[in-house]
Amino acid sequence: MGFADRIREIDRRIIFLVVALAIIIPLLIPIGFPIQVSPSVRDLYNALESLPPGSKILMSFDYGASTYPEIYPMSLALLRHCFRRGVKPIIMGLWPEGIPFAERALQVTVEEEGKVYGEDYANLGFKAGGIVVMQALGRSFEEAFPVDAYGTPLSDIPVMQSVRNYDNVAMVIDFSAGDPGIPAWIMIAQGRFGKPVGGGCTAVSAPQFFPYLQAGQLVGLMGGMKGAAEYETLIRTRDLGSAGMDAQSIAHAVIVLFIVIGNATFFLGRWSSRRNKGTS
Amino acid sequence: MKRQAPLIITFLAGFAMILGYFIPHEPFGSLQQILNTWYMVVAAFAMILGVGNLVKLHSAKIRRRSPGFGYSYVLLAGLAAMALFGITRGIEPGTVFYWMWWNMHVPMSSTMFSLLAFFVASASYRAFRARNVEAALLLIAGILVMIGRVPLGDMIWSRFPDVADWIMNVPNAAGQRAILIGIALGVVSTSLRLLLGIERTYLTGD
Amino acid sequence: MGQIAGAWVAALLTLFIFSFLYKDNPFYKFAEHLFVGVSAGYWFAYYYHNVVIPNLYNPLRQGHFLYIIPGVLGIMMLMRLVPKVGWISRWALAFIIGMGSGYFLITYLQTNALAQVEATMSLRLNSVNNVLLVIGVLTGLIYFFFSKEHKGVLGGAAKLGIWFLMIAFGASFGYTVMARFSLLIGRMHFLIFQWLPTIPFFRGLAR
Repeated sequence: MGFADRIREIDRRIIFLVVALAIIIPLLIPIGFPIQVSPSVRDLYNALESLPPGSKILMSFDYGASTYPEIYPMSLALLRHCFRRGVKPIIMGLWPEGIPFAERALQVTVEEEGKVYGEDYANLGFKAGGIVVMQALGRSFEEAFPVDAYGTPLSDIPVMQSVRNYDNVAMVIDFSAGDPGIPAWIMIAQGRFGKPVGGGCTAVSAPQFFPYLQAGQLVGLMGGMKGAAEYETLIRTRDLGSAGMDAQSIAHAVIVLFIVIGNATFFLGRWSSRRNKGTS
Repeated sequence: MKRQAPLIITFLAGFAMILGYFIPHEPFGSLQQILNTWYMVVAAFAMILGVGNLVKLHSAKIRRRSPGFGYSYVLLAGLAAMALFGITRGIEPGTVFYWMWWNMHVPMSSTMFSLLAFFVASASYRAFRARNVEAALLLIAGILVMIGRVPLGDMIWSRFPDVADWIMNVPNAAGQRAILIGIALGVVSTSLRLLLGIERTYLTGD
Repeated sequence: MGQIAGAWVAALLTLFIFSFLYKDNPFYKFAEHLFVGVSAGYWFAYYYHNVVIPNLYNPLRQGHFLYIIPGVLGIMMLMRLVPKVGWISRWALAFIIGMGSGYFLITYLQTNALAQVEATMSLRLNSVNNVLLVIGVLTGLIYFFFSKEHKGVLGGAAKLGIWFLMIAFGASFGYTVMARFSLLIGRMHFLIFQWLPTIPFFRGLAR
């Protein structure tokens, strides 16, 4: 077996070990790479930053356990930004798992920023129904959510008293991992009711949302853990998103190296066999 | 009637959904809402059917003493525990259901998907070859985006992030838009075929 | 105490699943089957509390007898488990298919087809990027047109189209790698900074 063949046929468990080390070492020994902010994340930040204090935004948590490490850090960053700006988030979920994750994020950020339930934010809870719920919100929030996540009528919650429908919220933010998600919010909240829609999504689905960004249907987008890290940079807070960026950088470099080595050994092997055929 | 009735139901349900979107006023707005509530209930029963099938399958495995039947006990025990605690004691924070969800379901779900990172690495090494122009374009675009989107890219060359941004905002947006439009046309035509009863494969097999 | 026990359960199950990377083994199989069971039980309980009770049981108790219809459709769905009367489930399935088709027809037509076409047509061809965008969308769509053989001008356009599509797939590949590694980083972060510190020797790692 030639050298190129031996390199090519390496046991895949060695590849797995290299990948594991590429993640573990930067986590244990942080390098501190500076994080560049991409235009789509900056646009989302600016959209929120331009809202006057006291504005209300609708924040929908539409993701589950399998995408939690990517999207949860985004929600922390956005909630912190809202609370620091004096913007009041109205939390809801169209995925059942979204609300427990929202509550965990609220637990952390509310304590940090000293916010009070009912005055500074509200949690409407989970509602099954997808676009029908989104359409109902256009008529009346109380129609879709007669009570909040804790059984309190909306009329008894101070922050909800001036909120009748989409007309009374400044924008919609969706943390999305599938359907119902960003495309549905664009169709209803933005397309029908003219509300600016911004989002956070998994890195897997981010490329397909760039046409919406380009068309102006989305005001901004965070894609994956990198998006969360970029937003943390903008709000000057290092947390889960930023903590993983060193490991992410090294891991990507390792993948690129694997692609290069794999192709190099492939072409070397092909050249070598063509040369042998030529000389024989 | 056995075959006609489902076709009529499909047509009426779909048509009511479409009408409710374009005519939000009464009675269509309320009709859509009522039908959507019914849809959620029936979808919930579809989920119960799935669970029933799972129980049926694994009970049969245990009865037949098929290879690996011991793991079927594990599956059924997990299912029973989660379902019973959830239904009888509630699902709020502080309940056994919530504890099991946060300490079993969430970690296992994330870990299952994170395994793919290792397999992507293995595939990158063993299978991703620039055998032709198209494959080379794919790999080059992938490499530029992977490097440009992480802080390391900016350290290697300050324009790397801009290159990645350009790829995402121009050729990627163009390609994705073509795919979105193509898929949308496919979905619309399939939906119409289903609503009009031209496509009936969902009626076969009991 | 519950938190530490929970961390240990989560960590052990995580390591059991990761053990598959060495080779398939009973620990992995145990975790895999437990995952399927717990997931099914989770969805069962959630649908019970969030769909069946508020949208079927409560309305029926309050006298809204129209809700008998979805209840009956639901039971029809369950008849699929009984081979002799399984054909009845087609009625419930037809309802699901009809509603789903109606929903997707509207969503995809509105957001993905019309809005995207409008956005492309309204682009001003006053920059290289905009010109490239329009060319990319048009040639990409031409590639998907299989009713005519891809020869001549059409073939050339389709070839250009597939180049744009390959770049889009490459970008998707890059982001997919990013996504998978983000999940892996999340799990490693938990193991190193939340689980290991419960062992006295590693207490210094706690974050």
